[in-house]
Amino acid sequence: MPEQYRLILKNIDQPGYTPDLECYLRHGGYESLKKAIALQPKDLPDGKKQSAQEQIRDDVKASGLRGRGGAGFSAGMKWSFVDRKSGKPIYLICNADESEPGTFKDRQIIHKDPHQLIEGMIISCFANDVKLAYLYIRGEFPAGAKLLNQALAEARAKNFLGKNILGTGYDLEIYVHRGAGAYICGEETGLIESLEGKRAYPRIKPPYFPAILGLYMSPTIVNNVETLCHVKHIIDMGGAAYSKLGTPNNTGTRIVSLSGQVKKPGYYEIEVGKVTIGELIYHSNFGGGLLDGRKLKAVIPGGSSAKVFKAGEKFKLKKKNADGTMTEVETDMLDLPYDFDSLQAAGSMSGSSAIIVMDDSVDVVEVLANLGEFYAHESCGQCTPCREGSLWMSKALHRMTHGHGRKQDADYLVNIAQNIQGRTICAFGEACSWPVLSFVKKFKDEFEAKGAADEARNAGAGPK
Amino acid sequence: MSFTVPAALEAELNELVTHYPEKRSASLMFLHAIQEHFGYISKEATEWIADKLELQPINVYELVTFYPMFRQEPAGKYQIKVCRTLSCALAGSGKLHKHFCEKFALDPKAHGVQTSKDGKFSVEFVECLASCGTGPVMMCNEDFYEAVSHGKADEIVGKCK
Ligand SMILES: Cc1cc2nc3c(=O)[nH]c(=O)nc-3n(C[C@H](O)[C@H](O)[C@H](O)COP(=O)(O)O)c2cc1C
Ligand code: SF4
Ligand code: FES
Repeated sequence: MPEQYRLILKNIDQPGYTPDLECYLRHGGYESLKKAIALQPKDLPDGKKQSAQEQIRDDVKASGLRGRGGAGFSAGMKWSFVDRKSGKPIYLICNADESEPGTFKDRQIIHKDPHQLIEGMIISCFANDVKLAYLYIRGEFPAGAKLLNQALAEARAKNFLGKNILGTGYDLEIYVHRGAGAYICGEETGLIESLEGKRAYPRIKPPYFPAILGLYMSPTIVNNVETLCHVKHIIDMGGAAYSKLGTPNNTGTRIVSLSGQVKKPGYYEIEVGKVTIGELIYHSNFGGGLLDGRKLKAVIPGGSSAKVFKAGEKFKLKKKNADGTMTEVETDMLDLPYDFDSLQAAGSMSGSSAIIVMDDSVDVVEVLANLGEFYAHESCGQCTPCREGSLWMSKALHRMTHGHGRKQDADYLVNIAQNIQGRTICAFGEACSWPVLSFVKKFKDEFEAKGAADEARNAGAGPK
Repeated sequence: MSFTVPAALEAELNELVTHYPEKRSASLMFLHAIQEHFGYISKEATEWIADKLELQPINVYELVTFYPMFRQEPAGKYQIKVCRTLSCALAGSGKLHKHFCEKFALDPKAHGVQTSKDGKFSVEFVECLASCGTGPVMMCNEDFYEAVSHGKADEIVGKCK
């Protein structure tokens, strides 16, 4: 039976569990930090010594942990790119901007278990010789920012943070920095610009890879809230044991945000790849199925920027046989294991692990128009294709939802989207074109029918 | 018009500057603190911040125009922000926004922030507030509300004195 596996959410929502330090300590809080900083240099077979920091970084690599913010990039690998020889300070930033539509997992951690995040952050900072770190939280979480500040003060008072942490000689400060309502601050280089006190204009990569030229042009690590929490558990369990959770190359657990037209929307933590999309939507341990009398129409599997799946869609997935050969297996969209690789193989992504479910009561043109408006509003405006294109798409969709569609609008939308993706500074270009490309491709008949109906009606009505 | 920042607030701001190796980084936190205190970011406030952080006023002004949460004009005493994005839309946020607009004699079709005649309430649509599983969601000043029915909306308004 598909079940939740609550690692990050272990204490969250348990009766009597509160966000203060006392409660966290009663539940074994900061023991992983103590374990991490007590690590002694290890002798390697080649006679060299491996520092505590290197051991932690190796363990994170061994865990197979992939970033939970959107791109699913290996956390251990990201840390290994950090330029440790530049002579400049290394910064760490926790990305708590959580603004990808459909996503509401970091909110739970920040508001209900802030110390878990702070402990994960301190360990990650220690492992990377970071002395100054920031928690970049979206502006619309004022209560979360207050809670985090309070938790940081509590941690400082107990010397888990500050000067000479627990007598080790290690100094670290963490400050909360608030965003102010712009989605693009979630993109890591936009976030860095915003933290520097500027407009959140993403930087062009290369050369501005944060690991080399990040905050104040210094090496910088940007990790998502959930990713940093996992680091705490990796120290707790050991990287090898952690890597046994989930499935190969998709290790660990992950919090899935489920919203839209299901009986029980909510956040569910699963072992990555051990539960399918269908189970997440229909099983009584998760979404509990569609609303009564409804049929499934579409599923956005990884936050609003992910390509939509149409109900009944089938994919040819490669499966490894026992003898090492590969066979292609036809897989229904609902039977896709919810992990990074399967969703990518099916042409979409698990992104921020936010599933939005739509039943047959929705009008897909209306849905895309809603998303189109989001992207038009949130483009930072630096790149012409993105700034203009997102607005054109939104205007065309607005027109279509207000009775003035045309049959050729489907092709028109695809044309614009194709001219955005791959031609911009940051991945927002893809984020705004993928919904359009996938919705129009998979529901082309509905887009064309709507346009044709409007044309026929408006032709009868004479010029507008 | 002269612009004076009370000593307690200025002390708070001075402390914020110490969080960053470069003063300019404190601009967003300054803008939040100033807007919280004065209700909006005036031209004088922009100049004051620029002066304090050793920047040009344009460096601060361009933030006010970029980040949606900052305003150049006062808003209502109570600011109602309804999430407009997909999951909340599927859960009825369009009707909720309309309900507020009708309650305060505002135009549900208008874009952007609107404030009631008596200056007590402003209503606006905002993008995803990261609580998509409990839509429709909204904020009233710093307070956050989930699964807001029209009845619950009226209750929230009733509590605004
Ligand atoms: C347009 C855009 C928006 C993003 N928004 C977020 C966000 O809200 N939160 C987040 O953690 N990552 C977001 N990301 C991903 C970040 O750029 C970055 O990859 C991530 O924070 C890295 O952390 P991770 O490796 O731990 O996942 C966004 C990326 C793009 C392109
Ligand atoms: S792609 Fe869009 S959001 Fe990204 S930098 Fe260009 S204009 Fe800004
Ligand atoms: S869509 Fe409304 S909170 Fe996310």
